[in-house]
Amino acid sequence: MQSAVRNKLSKELLTGLYGQYRNAITFNDFPALKAARDNAIRSFEENGFPTTRLEAWKNTDLKESFSKEYKVVVNPEPGLDVQKVFLCNIPHLDTAIMGQLNGWYVSKDVPLMKLGNGIIMGSLAEAMKQYPELVEAHLGKYTAPGSDAFTSLNTAFSQDGVFIYVPDEVKSPKPVQIINVIHSDDSLFLQSRNLIVMGKNSRLSLVHCDDSYNQQPSFSNVVTEIRMGEAAFMDHYKLQNLNNSSTLVSSSFFEMEACARLESHYISLNGGLLRNNIRLRFNGPHAIANIYGLYLMDRKQHIDNQVFIDHASPDCVSSELFKGILDEHASGVFNGHVLVQRNAQRTNAYQSNRNILLTDTAKVNSKPFLEIYNDDVKCSHGSTTGQLDQDAMYYLRQRGIGEDSARMLLMYAYADEVISKIAIDPLKYRIEDMIKKRLQGELQICEACVLHCNTPENPVEFVIDMSKI
Amino acid sequence: MLLSIKNLHASINGKEILKGIDLDVNHGEVHAIMGPNGTGKSTLASVIAGREVFDVTAGEVIYKNRNLLKLSVEERAREGIFLGFQYPVEIPGVSITNFMRTAVNEVRKFKGLDALSGGAFLKLMDEKKKLVELTSNLANRSVNEGFSGGEKKKNEIFQMAMLEPMLAILDETDSGLDIDALRVVANGVNKLRTKENAFVVITHYQRLLDYIVPDFVHVLFEGRIVKSGNRELALELEEKGYDWIRKEQEG
Repeated sequence: MQSAVRNKLSKELLTGLYGQYRNAITFNDFPALKAARDNAIRSFEENGFPTTRLEAWKNTDLKESFSKEYKVVVNPEPGLDVQKVFLCNIPHLDTAIMGQLNGWYVSKDVPLMKLGNGIIMGSLAEAMKQYPELVEAHLGKYTAPGSDAFTSLNTAFSQDGVFIYVPDEVKSPKPVQIINVIHSDDSLFLQSRNLIVMGKNSRLSLVHCDDSYNQQPSFSNVVTEIRMGEAAFMDHYKLQNLNNSSTLVSSSFFEMEACARLESHYISLNGGLLRNNIRLRFNGPHAIANIYGLYLMDRKQHIDNQVFIDHASPDCVSSELFKGILDEHASGVFNGHVLVQRNAQRTNAYQSNRNILLTDTAKVNSKPFLEIYNDDVKCSHGSTTGQLDQDAMYYLRQRGIGEDSARMLLMYAYADEVISKIAIDPLKYRIEDMIKKRLQGELQICEACVLHCNTPENPVEFVIDMSKI
Repeated sequence: MLLSIKNLHASINGKEILKGIDLDVNHGEVHAIMGPNGTGKSTLASVIAGREVFDVTAGEVIYKNRNLLKLSVEERAREGIFLGFQYPVEIPGVSITNFMRTAVNEVRKFKGLDALSGGAFLKLMDEKKKLVELTSNLANRSVNEGFSGGEKKKNEIFQMAMLEPMLAILDETDSGLDIDALRVVANGVNKLRTKENAFVVITHYQRLLDYIVPDFVHVLFEGRIVKSGNRELALELEEKGYDWIRKEQEG
């Protein structure tokens, strides 16, 4: 009784699997979670998978993703030997790297560690055993009530993922990196859950990478809940570099208390279909959230960024800057929704989405949207879609720069506005390099990943190069 | 002969701007082209540089014994043609260093030379910055972004110094400059003059020609060169104004 066979994803299949594997899935649960899963699967059963008839999915069609067959991951694959699959060449305890393979937390020895400064990091499943109160106080608390189908499904099925807890007043001395690798000979449908809890006045830099290792199709449904306590500061990076047969629905829920500050960066370099649901709620005054996005898509790739900011408290600032370059037949969606509630006086909210279409066949649907129930606010939104600046092209070429190089320089310059916001220098250089390669069409899917693989024919042996982080 | 233009006609969107230009430029010469607004001075510069929006409908342009009109914008640049823009383009996100390094190395590659190393390039940049008195730290900034009018024009001269063109066309480089900036720009040009290269300086005013002394002065009027002479012609124009030309043409 492990994972099921390969099949087309459907409401019936998944609700059936839930019934069949409920005991195994809920084995580790506290009672409230068990109940939450049952509710979630009922909610999924009522709604089913979203279709383009829904406003939120109007321009993102999952038909292609659903036409493939996947093995639904319910339990870790039998005989999955972490030691063999995922050899980390790093001294374990003081490193800040966390690995996930096919949604499961993997580690060389301890699945959950408590550092000297009180930071707890490791497997969410393990945290549920060792720190049940801590997990129970937060897990599922920040996903919006009546969540969408994918979040419900994730709540019903997910059993593991990354857990990070940063206590009050603790500042994580180095960036923490979550590396989520998909690697299987089979096509997987996997669902992992991450929970990050930051105490009062704490600080964390988090680099969250989604990578695929081979060309197998996959479908990931990942939910991450991030709770930031009063005056907590988070520098957050989401890097996506997946193969062209992959589908990723990544939902992040941010809950920010008073005076918290978030700098978040969504950098999408590759993927068959990428959907980022970003939902953020200001739960206290004077909090600041800056969210940047950069996506470079070509072939038939599709990117969809959905950003919802709930200004539920006064005196908060949110700012969004999403920039994209779409080539060939690629398509993009940006839906920004800022809600300013009645009590949220002196709100500042800015939304900007800009796109460059390199071909007539690339397309984008951009919809920045403000919903304001208060008259003491400063809000703006804007969206532009265009081509590369022809005057600038001429100027560069007049200096002897060939058309291809001139185009590269301009695209790179365009991306630079987002790249320049990256605060960790080594990461910035790494991403600059990756973006250059991506624009030249030379980026391999594994390259974004700091795990430098041996030749793909050899047994997988990942070596983490800390100097690259 | 470096450049020979014969009976050049050019139009944009079906409207003829150049109506039969004849101009010969030899190595080592400085030519000034003057004339009232809207008579085709900038169009002439753009057509020599190869801007695609203009259609050449008749005539020929021979540069270094080759048909220039067959070359692309970048090929002309690599062959040594430089255009100092009247309105230099702002390019946010591209640093001048990166821009110039790409340009210098593409030109070198075309000439069969190896790319300059980082150190050698920076040394060259320092040298040229001094030559054109580019004192402010412009090099680390994005190309022309937020530059004053004077800074933009100095930056054009700096780029010219970096690329060492055979034929430099300066399109109203003096417009909008105060007297100090004008002097810096003119000094740059004078320092870069050799027996080999040539300059075509387009200007409204004879003021610039106090600093850059031309060998020939041409008056462009309604798409044609209607008068050519030496430096004295510029002074005469200054004194009598363009109405003099207009009347002569009408008469």
